[in-house]
Amino acid sequence: MRLRNALVLAGMAAVLLYAVGHLPSRGDPAAPAHRRTSLAGTPGAGTYYLEHALEDAATPNVVTVVLADYRSVDTLGETLVVFTGGVACLLILRRRQ
Amino acid sequence: MRTPSRSLVVVLAARGLAPAIQLFALYVVFHGHYSPGGGFQGGVLLAASFVLVRLAEGYGAGQHQIPRRAGLLLGVAGVLLFGAVGAAAFLTGGNFLDHGRVPLPGFAPADLRSLMILVIEVGVAITVAAVLTAIYDELLGDEDDA
Repeated sequence: MRLRNALVLAGMAAVLLYAVGHLPSRGDPAAPAHRRTSLAGTPGAGTYYLEHALEDAATPNVVTVVLADYRSVDTLGETLVVFTGGVACLLILRRRQ
Repeated sequence: MRTPSRSLVVVLAARGLAPAIQLFALYVVFHGHYSPGGGFQGGVLLAASFVLVRLAEGYGAGQHQIPRRAGLLLGVAGVLLFGAVGAAAFLTGGNFLDHGRVPLPGFAPADLRSLMILVIEVGVAITVAAVLTAIYDELLGDEDDA
């Protein structure tokens, strides 16, 4: 049993390491995330964000602009998740008393 | 968790560290426009400072910073602040969370977006800090409530 688990883990590690070796390098303009059109032929968003973030939101940090402006609905969801998780924690912990 | 013999070193170190951590938390929140950082990270730092005071000085002293019953209320307030910014764009017929349409006169749309991003980050920071502090209070708070 332990041998089988170890083999499964080793196989998983091998797959992950193999995949990591084929990731595009950082900042590679030819990487799929930076193409103007995606593989499906639809326009890609990443290049637009990089090119227009400063003029759209007057904020130099592109990550902040994407997080709180372009994709702020996602961030609202994240905040709600944090809050809901906190409420769930309080409910579980309070029942113990 | 009340320790009768509270270490002077721990208390003084916490007193010195907590304001510095809070200041750095505000820096992380408000400088998120120019450097790595933002609401989530700043909120966690803020919560760390509150928990540090509660750990070192005892639960009662920490209550003067953020009372226990304020925890969830502040969490709600942060989410509502975020939602209010999103809904404010409705007033001028914009889409939800379209910051450029928030009715604040005297701002170019880009500057308005920048400002609203900051408001959103503050809301996120309030929620994260309040929720983490509330969880700590719920875990350990009652045991030394004297």
